[in-house]
Amino acid sequence: MVSRRDFMKISGSVAGTAAASLAGVQTACASGHHLEPDRIGVLTDYTECIGCRRCEWACAQENGLPFGDLESCDDQSVFQEMRRPDERQYTVVNRYPAPEGSDKPLDVKVNCMHCEHPTCVSACIVGALKKDPMGPVTYDASACIGCRYCMVACPFQIPAYEYHDPLTPKVLKCTLCTERTLEENKMPACVEMCPKEALTFGRREDLLDLARDRIRRNPDRYLPHIFGEYDGGGTSWLMIADRDFTEVDLPELSDRSAAEITEGIQHGIFRGFTGPLMVFGLVSILGKSMGDQEGRLDQEGQRKEGDNE
Amino acid sequence: MNNPINGSSAGALPLNAPEATGHGDHEVCLPLAEQGRVPFITPGVMVLMGFAAIGLLVLAARFIFGIGAVTNLDNQYPWGLWIGIDVATGVALAAGGFTTAFIAHVLHQNRYHEIVRPALLTAMLGYTFVALGVVVDLGRYYNIWHVLVPKYWQGNSALFEVGMCVCIYLTVLYIEFLPIVCERFIGRINLPGPLGALNGPLDKILRLADAALNKTITFFIIMGVVLSCAHQSSLGTLMVIAPTKLHALWYTPILPLQFLLSAFAVGLAMAIFESLIASRSFKRPFEMSVLSPLGRMIPFLLTIYFAAKLIDLVNRGVLPLALEPTLQAATFWIEIIGGVLLPIFIFLIHGLRRRPGWLFAAAAMVVLGVALNRVNVFIIGYKPLFGDGPYVPAIPEVLLTIGFISILTLVYRAWVFIFPILPVEGGHDNA
Repeated sequence: MVSRRDFMKISGSVAGTAAASLAGVQTACASGHHLEPDRIGVLTDYTECIGCRRCEWACAQENGLPFGDLESCDDQSVFQEMRRPDERQYTVVNRYPAPEGSDKPLDVKVNCMHCEHPTCVSACIVGALKKDPMGPVTYDASACIGCRYCMVACPFQIPAYEYHDPLTPKVLKCTLCTERTLEENKMPACVEMCPKEALTFGRREDLLDLARDRIRRNPDRYLPHIFGEYDGGGTSWLMIADRDFTEVDLPELSDRSAAEITEGIQHGIFRGFTGPLMVFGLVSILGKSMGDQEGRLDQEGQRKEGDNE
Repeated sequence: MNNPINGSSAGALPLNAPEATGHGDHEVCLPLAEQGRVPFITPGVMVLMGFAAIGLLVLAARFIFGIGAVTNLDNQYPWGLWIGIDVATGVALAAGGFTTAFIAHVLHQNRYHEIVRPALLTAMLGYTFVALGVVVDLGRYYNIWHVLVPKYWQGNSALFEVGMCVCIYLTVLYIEFLPIVCERFIGRINLPGPLGALNGPLDKILRLADAALNKTITFFIIMGVVLSCAHQSSLGTLMVIAPTKLHALWYTPILPLQFLLSAFAVGLAMAIFESLIASRSFKRPFEMSVLSPLGRMIPFLLTIYFAAKLIDLVNRGVLPLALEPTLQAATFWIEIIGGVLLPIFIFLIHGLRRRPGWLFAAAAMVVLGVALNRVNVFIIGYKPLFGDGPYVPAIPEVLLTIGFISILTLVYRAWVFIFPILPVEGGHDNA
């Protein structure tokens, strides 16, 4: 586990060193990402969530994943441990104990955040993962080679893998119900199922307004931080809560996606093959001039041979 | 300036023409089988064959039952031993190919020619096994060709850059090795029975290749240097995308630079390391008059690498992390002291550098130190927020890696017996 202090150090160092070493190439990246102003998102109000786990059930139904009947959602024993989404369950709800002086625990839904500038998409070697301009991060199994670099790259540790499938393993995660939301004009299954106002589906911009509004009206109820507005470069899934997000195990992220750093390095070095061409030129010139000198050195060679070793 | 001896040898072919320069440093190489004395099968070779067989069994299990059946990888630790050792460390340790080629053929330091062929062979086989290692680790290995199809190209991915460069460099390495095949088989192809009809055409093809490479080999050698610099560094870029997961002792945006600098040093150390082992195994004299001056360059390279590491650590203010009682702090110090600082001192001392035992120890420390650095970056320093970690490789995972290294060593031995890699004994060097 990375301690909070580690995080501070890491993020501090990223900001510092990245700025110092990449100042010249930062402008090269981030330009190719087109996002629709109307792109969708979901606002999660952790303080509204009652931990009924109906969203888990709805997700399983929608995606054809194994899950018990609706009553099995009432089994609260699963809250005894912190669960992670995996290849058989794209979303889970975890329960965090109530803070000092309160009796209300916080129930936290975990799933793919559908980042605005996703590291998984940036990492994918064959473009199997893509950022839809309308919001969702989509996956095309037929393109995937199964390198799992997306899983290394994801700061939320979301993509899961079918390790036990020897032939056609897939990377699996929340799809933001792409078919329902983008084609059928419906809400994601989990949002539709939610009996409270814990989940709200809509335009990301509208959701940000809604979140700001809730925070403004209830300053005692919320911390003034919308997770995902900027965190990690922004996410489609937005969160508001009554406590610091690190207390519910959300990572502390810079306001710029880590993909900007690697893309800056890549494009800085390889844009127009300038880097490789420069090395090629230098090595060639060096080889030629050393070759020309070779004869000269050789004349002295006999003498030097005695000195060396 | 007037240059009577060999003024225009920048374009001369270096690998295959002892007469191209009038130095006399060029050794005549012969297949070990023709040099005699050493049997191919020894007790050590039998042991390697045993490990190779076990490794192949695990390989079969992986393809039949899936990655999950033979590894401890999970959703929190998607990369393990096979990426950390077989791929990342494999690429680093195969750096001897381009570093020695650079010194011998670009800088025209002719005395080093006799280690170029063994280093080239190591690189060629090393990268071949890196590619195989990748295939084993890929869930959908049969889709690996996607990387070469423009439709799938994804230029933002550091892994794409690594993949492309390794593909092209592997081809370049095979081309660089071709002159050795030509030297061995031109005029000597003698297929048995009906295949004998192919002798003539095959010989023609080899002669054609030889003539073509005579003029172009320098281009391929420079290509090899460029491609190596590109992907050795991009291998470091891979982990720059995971700032919240990689331990701060290693996470830095200049990781690609550090990977490149350490590759330079470990390339030369690996050339020394394998040359001494090969001499011992093949009962030949140690090539100290070449290895010892080669060793003199390493502290220079290691110091630049160390400076890049130290300045970065201080700049990011994370050195105090190295004083905490963690596994990561321990492996960090082993990597720095054992793999960088101690070998710098040993290589610097003339009296030690000249002695095979010390030279071997120092080279081995650099090799193991850089290997540990790659393992630190890809495995030990990988500390995801969630997970039941730390990841510890499963026994079959380890057996497959050992099996691959054994097969690599056996193929190396076979190639040295078949192809003219090692110089004929009793040349100018009888240390």
